[in-house]
Formats: sequence, C-alpha cells, structure tokens
Amino acid sequence: MQRHFDTDLANLKQQLLTMGSHAEIAVSNSIKALLDRDEPLARKVIQDDNILDTFEVDLDDRGISLIALNAPIASDLRLVTVAMKISRDLERVGDEATTIARRVIELNAEPQLKPYVDIPRMATLALGMLKDSLDAFVEKDSAKARAVVPRDKEVDNINRQLHRELVSFMIERPTSITRALHLMTISKALERIADHAANIAEEVVFLYESRDIRHQKTTNDPT
Amino acid sequence: MGEAPVTRAPQVKTTELAAETPAIVEITDLSLFYGATKALKNISVTISEKIVTAFIGPSGCGKSTLLRCLNRMNDLIDNVRIEGKCHIAGQDIYGHDIDTIELRKRVGMVFQRSNPFPKSIHENIAYALRLHGTNSKSEMDEIVERSLRQAALWDEVKDRLHTSGLGLSGGQQQRLCIARAIAIQPEILLMDEPASALDPIATAKIEELILELKKDYTIVIVTHNMQQAARVSDYTAFFYMGQLVEFDRTLKIFTNPSQRQTEDYVTGRFG
Amino acid sequence: MSKVNKPFNSKSVDRWSVFFTGLSGACTYLIIAILFLIVGNIVWNGAPHFSLRFLTTGVDAGMFNVSQSGVFPMVVGTAARVFLMTIFVIPVGVITALYMTEYSKRNSVIIRLIRGAVNNLAGVPSIVFGLFGLGFFINFLGQNMDALMNPASAQAVWGKPSLLWASMTLAVMTLPVVIVATEESLKSIPPGLREASLALGATKLQTVVKIVLPQALPGILTGAILAISRAAGEVAPILFTGAAFSVQGLATGLTDQFMDLAYHVFILSTQSPNIEQTRPLLYATVMALLLLTFVVNIAAVIVRSRIRRRMRSFR
Repeated sequence: MQRHFDTDLANLKQQLLTMGSHAEIAVSNSIKALLDRDEPLARKVIQDDNILDTFEVDLDDRGISLIALNAPIASDLRLVTVAMKISRDLERVGDEATTIARRVIELNAEPQLKPYVDIPRMATLALGMLKDSLDAFVEKDSAKARAVVPRDKEVDNINRQLHRELVSFMIERPTSITRALHLMTISKALERIADHAANIAEEVVFLYESRDIRHQKTTNDPT
Repeated sequence: MGEAPVTRAPQVKTTELAAETPAIVEITDLSLFYGATKALKNISVTISEKIVTAFIGPSGCGKSTLLRCLNRMNDLIDNVRIEGKCHIAGQDIYGHDIDTIELRKRVGMVFQRSNPFPKSIHENIAYALRLHGTNSKSEMDEIVERSLRQAALWDEVKDRLHTSGLGLSGGQQQRLCIARAIAIQPEILLMDEPASALDPIATAKIEELILELKKDYTIVIVTHNMQQAARVSDYTAFFYMGQLVEFDRTLKIFTNPSQRQTEDYVTGRFG
Repeated sequence: MSKVNKPFNSKSVDRWSVFFTGLSGACTYLIIAILFLIVGNIVWNGAPHFSLRFLTTGVDAGMFNVSQSGVFPMVVGTAARVFLMTIFVIPVGVITALYMTEYSKRNSVIIRLIRGAVNNLAGVPSIVFGLFGLGFFINFLGQNMDALMNPASAQAVWGKPSLLWASMTLAVMTLPVVIVATEESLKSIPPGLREASLALGATKLQTVVKIVLPQALPGILTGAILAISRAAGEVAPILFTGAAFSVQGLATGLTDQFMDLAYHVFILSTQSPNIEQTRPLLYATVMALLLLTFVVNIAAVIVRSRIRRRMRSFR
C-alpha cells in the first residue's frame, strides 16, 4: 500500500539531497575562489551560507513533525533521525566553506605564497567523500558508505603534511606567517569537511544496516 | 576540481503546513444537555473547509456528541436540548426553518461500527442516491462506480457488485459505508471513530483514504486513537469533561500544546 | 488424607447427573409420545373415511351420515375466516409495533400502557372475545350500520353473525401475538441501520419502509404463523359471531354466515343423534382440521424460510 507518509519521507530525503548539493557547491566554490583569486565568488559563498542554515532548521522542523505526527518506526524512524543528523553535518560543512571563503578574501589581498597543490587535492578528496556518502544515501548502498569512512585518513595525512610545510615557511620567512596561517586554517577546514563526510557515511551505514559503526578502531570490520 | 554536482535534487518547498481555508462550520457557545446533565459546555470552535479536523479526548468527553450536533443526529435521542449556535455554510442548523433531511444530505456521516444495509454492494449506494432523486440506471451505475473508486474499494468489489455488502470484510464494509456517504456528495463528512473496530491494516487503509478524501471534502473525525489524529488531521480539538480545552494545528497540539491538560493527554499521562 | 493427585483415568460416575439426564430425556420423549398418541389415534381412526369425496362434498345429504356427509363448506369457511383474520390483524399489529418501537418515546407512559394492554389482551379467555364480538361488532357496529345505511328495512344485513365479524373477532384475539412478535423482531434490528439511513438524509418513513420493515419481515411472519395456528382451531370466538350449524351452499360474501371445521367438530360430538355412528365421521373431520392447520402452517414456514434465505444471502 502506498502511504501518504512515504511521500513525506521522500520529500524529506529530497530536501536533504538538495541541501547536500548546496553544501558541495559551497565547498567547491570556496576552493575555486582561492585558486582563481576570485573575491566576489568568495563573498557569494559567505552570503549563501544562510541557505544551508535555513535548510538545517527546516529539516529539523520536518523531522520533528514527522516523528510527532507519524510515530515512525524501524527503517522510517532511522531515516528521519539520520536525515536530521546528516543535515547538521551538512550545515557544518557549509560553515567550514564560509571559513575557507573568509580566509580566501584575506589571502587574495596579498600575493600568492606558494603554488596550491595540496589544498586542491584535499578539496577533491573531501568533496569526493561528501559526494560518495550522499550517493550512498541515495543509492541505499551501505558498502559504498563504508568505503568512505577510511578515506578520512588520507585527508588527515595531507593536512599534517601541509601543516609541517607551512611551519617551515613561517620559520624561513616571517612575512609569510599571516598567509601561512590562513592556509593552515583552510587546510584544517577541509580536514573537518572530510570528517563530516565520514560522519555522514557512518549515518548512512546506520540507516541501511541498522548498525552503529562510529568510534570503532577497525571501521572496515563487517561484523 | 571541477563543478560540484548539482543535478541530484530539484528544489522542494520548505514548508508544508496546511493552507488556510475558509471556515465552513462555526460553533458558537454551544451547550448540550441530556436531561439535566450538561454534556457539552459552551463550546466555540471554527472548522475550515477541505481539511481534516480531529476531535480527541478521553471517553465521555463529549467529542462524539459534538460531532453528532453537526448533522443533528442528536435529535434522535430523547431529552436532548441544545443551546448556542452552530452555523454550517452560514446557516444556523438549529434554526427553526432547517430541513434536517437537506442538512444530512450535505453533512454525511460514517459510524464507528460499519453499518452497510443488508442489501447488495450496488444497492447500498443506490439507496442513498434514490433518496435524493437519482433514478436513471446509467447515472446510478456511474455514481456507484465513482463512489467506490473514491473509497478505494472499486478494484476489490467490481466483480461482485450484486452480492451482499455484509459479505465484505470489516475494513471493506467501512469503506463501503464511506462510499455510500460520499455518493450523495456531501460538503462535510463526519467520521465517528471510523477505524476503532478494525485491524491495523484496515485502519491504515481508512487513514490513507481520509488523506485522499480531504482534497474534496471537509472531514471531521472523532478518534480515541491519538496517533490517528496526528496522522490524518490538520487541526485537532482536545475535549475534556464536555469542555474544549484546546484547538490548534495538529502539529502544535502534538509538539507544543498550550494547555497542561492537553500535554498530559497526548503524552499519555492521563486519559 | 494426604493430597494425592488422582490419575486421569479414575473417572467416577456422578449418579445425580445420570439421573437428571435420564429424567430430562424422559420428559422430552413423553411430549413426543403424547403428540404421536393424539395424532396417531386421529389418523388411525379417521383415515379410512378420509377421501376425496369427503373433502369435496357438503352436508346436504345428511350431516351425521358417514358415507354421504363431507367437510367441503367447513374447509372453505375456516380457510376464509383465517385468511380474512390475517388480513385484518397483520397491518394493525405491525403498525402498532412500529409505533411502539420506532415512533414513540421509549418507555413513555403511553407505551407502558399499551404494553400492559397487549399483555392483558393475550390473557383474556377466548369465549370472552366471542362475547365481545357479539356485543361490539354485531350489536353495536353492525346494527348501527344497518340503521344508518338501510333504516327502512327490518332485514339485518350487518347486524347479524357473519364471516366479517368472526374474522374481526379472531383478529382482535390474535393481535397481541402479532404485536409482540413484530416488536421483538423490530428490536433485534441493529440501531446502526436506522442511523445509517437517517444520516444519508432519509426520512423516518423512508427508513421504516425501506430498511426496517424488510428486516422485520421474518418476525412479522412468525407472528402471522402463531396467529393463524391459534385462530384456526378456536371455536369460542366465532360461536356467536359467524359460525353456523348448517348453511346451504358456501359462504360467498362478508356478511354471510359460514360453516366451520372446528365448530363442526363441536357439533358432531355434541349434537349427533347416534354417537357410535358419527364417531368415524368425527375422526375424519378432526383429521381434516389438523391437516388444514398443518398445511397453512407449513406454507407460512416455507415462505418465511425463503425470505430468511434471501436475506441471508445478503448477509
């Protein structure tokens, strides 16, 4: 039997995906603004953050009303609660994109410190994770979601590596300190985005397998 | 690092609260007495068109009694006296020039216990139509089919329209009663605990049906199943001891009621 | 004695239980035995004289003559009075019951009064109904009708015993049966059906005629069956109101007097000049009376079960 409630759930899912697209765009735009030294684009990212904020509030409202009115159970209940959690992660992703954009505006006022190699790489990795975890959500593919989680390590490694590199820059040339710190913040923001993507992936696994894989040392263990 | 994927989701509207619709039932300071007992105490409530309004409350709180005021079914009970006003579509239904036949034609009712007539499925609906002057066979067949389709029953009974309505399952019987009620196209459909005697699956079907029917009808449903009220209604009125305690959007009632009594009832602390 | 569980197979015989089982069975069989004794006796003695000629001839050749007398006019007379009575009693009884269950306020003073009257009416001995018929229908109604319609003539048309008055007297007598049976069947109709009909915008009358009455039909027929069974064998109410010792030909009009089977049995057993000779005739006549009642009953039962079956197919 087709339930009216199914339409509500589908709408919730759809809204979450729209929110996901907005978050992805925010991140990719913020990095694009960095690479292209595009200040207006950076300002747009900052401006558009309130879209994600609205989405988060709205998804919470929807989630609460679906729980209050329909008393969902089993997979329905997981979908609603997971959607609310994912929306929070996506909103944080948006916040990180805003942070990046702010730093980009600062950076663009000065000459480029160094060719950007690691940051675009991190951005691609983090966005890849975000995309794959959301795809896994759409495709109900928990294996795909599981595969996302360990990829966080790679981003962490690059972040650490970049950190060391920037520290050495700062030691060598004190005039680079401000720019190096901005770049550090951007790197840290990307690392956080990857964390959020991993969180989303974990939620997707919970949604489709009803198994909580958070805070486990061996995240690949299928048991 | 190319363009981010944006094609996944179309924009959806962010709020889905029930749209405000014009009022169709206006009850003003209505009290009802059974002999000397005041069963309804100065109720005032306005019900809007083409939405579902639920009456909830513990047994004996007056919710069914109020529902039966709306099509004057209380007239059938001896010693009932009503004070106050009840306007439907602008007319005072307790005015002295009111034809209850016409009123009941415009305000249909579905009862707690399914009560199909001991006639065929077709005849059950045809009976209602004949009462109001439909006699042509082709027209009759057309309305019978349309009503059964609207009641989501057609596919299950189309091959046995001329067998007894009493041969149907409980849930089907109730949907037949709904089909019979909507065959004469009332403006308002009153439902007095329509699913309380049904199993969960049949109940779910009735609820889905209510959500479909609200596109065309104003529905007032009495239920002692709070979750049912939450699932199907847009507005909810909570009654206690013959009084209207709270009337608000269903979401409000079930997430943040204004009255302590309402909160205690919907959270299951009493009642 | 220590508590020891008895094995399941240690069933003991409860003597009282056996005794009462036997007693109640014996009583039941006694009833059947009595019925067979009566019917058997009548059939045994009546059957030899029971013939087509017996059923199709009258008493013109001699009322007490076994080989020539018949019961044809009596069969017709009894059938006619029972038929007419049914026509009178059913509408009045049904409408009364309808008023009591559908229209009046429940348990109002009037209803309690009517119910009391019905119950008392049922307890009145049938001879009293006969006298009532004579006093009210013939002497009061009939004579006044004569006076009004035909003041010049001294010939009584209405103011004398007749088929009409006998049937009406029987109708009055059987009214309580019909009322009670109909009322019971009306009460057993789920109130939800009436509510459903009224809520669809049906009038009270439409509801009663189209929903309530069809449902009550088997109950009404039960009332009719009971009324017919009771009336067919009654002699007392028609004694003064319509039955005649002997009439030439058949009763053809409402104002005619008629010969009646039950009354004829009474005549044969009391008026015969030669009891011994009349006895076979008496047996055959009683058998005819039994058969007639039986046939009418069976017919009604068949009709009722047909209606029930048709209703059940809609259940």
